[in-house]
Amino acid sequence: MGFMATAESYVLAIGTKKGLWLARSTDRKEWSLSGPHFLMSEIPSIGIDTRGDNPRIMVGVRSEHWGPTVAHSDDLGATWTEPEQGAIKFPEGTDAALERIWQIYPDSASRPGVVWAGCEPISVWKSTDGGEHFELNRGLWDHPHRSEWGAGYGGAAAHSIVVNPSGENVHVAMSTGGVYRSLDGGASWEARNKGIQVRFMPDPYPEFGQCVHKIAADAAVEGRLYAQNHHGVYRTDDNGENWISIADGLPADFGFVMLTHPRREGTAWVIPIKADSERIPPDGRLAVHRTDDAGESWKRLDVGLPDHEYNAVLRDAAAVDSAEPTGVYFGTRGGSVYASADEGESFIEVASHLPDVLCIRAAVVSGDVAAELAAAAATSGIPA
Amino acid sequence: MPDITVVLPSVLQPLAGGQSYLTTPADGAVTVESLLDAVTGDYPVLARRIRDETGSLRRYVNIYVNGEEVRRLKGLDTEVAAGQEVLIIQSVAGG
Repeated sequence: MGFMATAESYVLAIGTKKGLWLARSTDRKEWSLSGPHFLMSEIPSIGIDTRGDNPRIMVGVRSEHWGPTVAHSDDLGATWTEPEQGAIKFPEGTDAALERIWQIYPDSASRPGVVWAGCEPISVWKSTDGGEHFELNRGLWDHPHRSEWGAGYGGAAAHSIVVNPSGENVHVAMSTGGVYRSLDGGASWEARNKGIQVRFMPDPYPEFGQCVHKIAADAAVEGRLYAQNHHGVYRTDDNGENWISIADGLPADFGFVMLTHPRREGTAWVIPIKADSERIPPDGRLAVHRTDDAGESWKRLDVGLPDHEYNAVLRDAAAVDSAEPTGVYFGTRGGSVYASADEGESFIEVASHLPDVLCIRAAVVSGDVAAELAAAAATSGIPA
Repeated sequence: MPDITVVLPSVLQPLAGGQSYLTTPADGAVTVESLLDAVTGDYPVLARRIRDETGSLRRYVNIYVNGEEVRRLKGLDTEVAAGQEVLIIQSVAGG
């Protein structure tokens, strides 16, 4: 019997405007890139489900011509499957058609098979079969506010879904509409935007209508979430009842990204953009900023990043992995992808000159799984 | 009974088992809508590429009957005579 690596390996999925690329690494220093998959289709959403025996990569695919669909791979991208009738399909009577899948969110390990999706038009969906079929969340779809939700520049979408460990509290963020919260697992929803400012409406503190760009939960503190708003960076410690600004110490309060540590209390990352009207890194100097005290202070992180960068980083074009120390990954609209194996202290460039990066997801897979899948792909003649 | 033929663009042919065209028998005129129902019935993924779940033709998919794009005629209610050929062609889109 030959040597079988048992070390962990890493998968980085890069969704772009013109297809999906996959990068693999055993040490988070050297990465090998493969792709494109789904050439000429945009990949605005990716979910990597590591809860089962095999990791499942799910992607939201959208062709300008042929529309949106969800595909999944159980062999790290060697082959892809698309449910015949479509994984996400608006039911009759809604008079709506799926435009784009903005978010694919595998739920916790205690709820295997449950995967959430956030879509355009603004809607939330839930699958209980690992992302092969989703059901429309009627509570949010039938919400009386829906007719007043609007489209941001990128479209009207539910783009963030956060579920607490018990599964009872679900937060959704939408652009535009703001944050909505359910305390009954998604059956009913209320707007929860108190303290989040808008600069594009007459009332700066409306009940809803905010353009919240991304929300993420603190993994260690129940009820604490962070939000990167369309101007403004916020934290709530009471499940969204009140939001307070944590933007002090950042070079700009605009941006799209909000990441949280998979385990540690108080750690989050943002990637500031100068302003709504000037969507470049401040002074053309790209940097990630991390807080380790829930937003009381921020540390600028730019080791390994280019001296000049004028491309923005979109809301889902950033991710963390679950390793220790945590890996931080992001991609720019200029097609560069950067990876850090030390929580953002230093970055390396994984890829460059790709199409606009729309979505990044990273996962740790066991060395055995990766080796078996590669061997299976090799013997079946399928390009890995 | 004469057939109506639907010619597929090459990019969609893998979704129809590699066929470059699909046919359905017709003894009279049928609408484009019922024609699509007939030829894509066995190919649900192909059907979803052409029309969304409301039944609407996707924005950048063009269907030609007698050389005319159906949106300039009666849309999916446009009639196709037995023996005719219908072309599905993707329009200009993307960057």
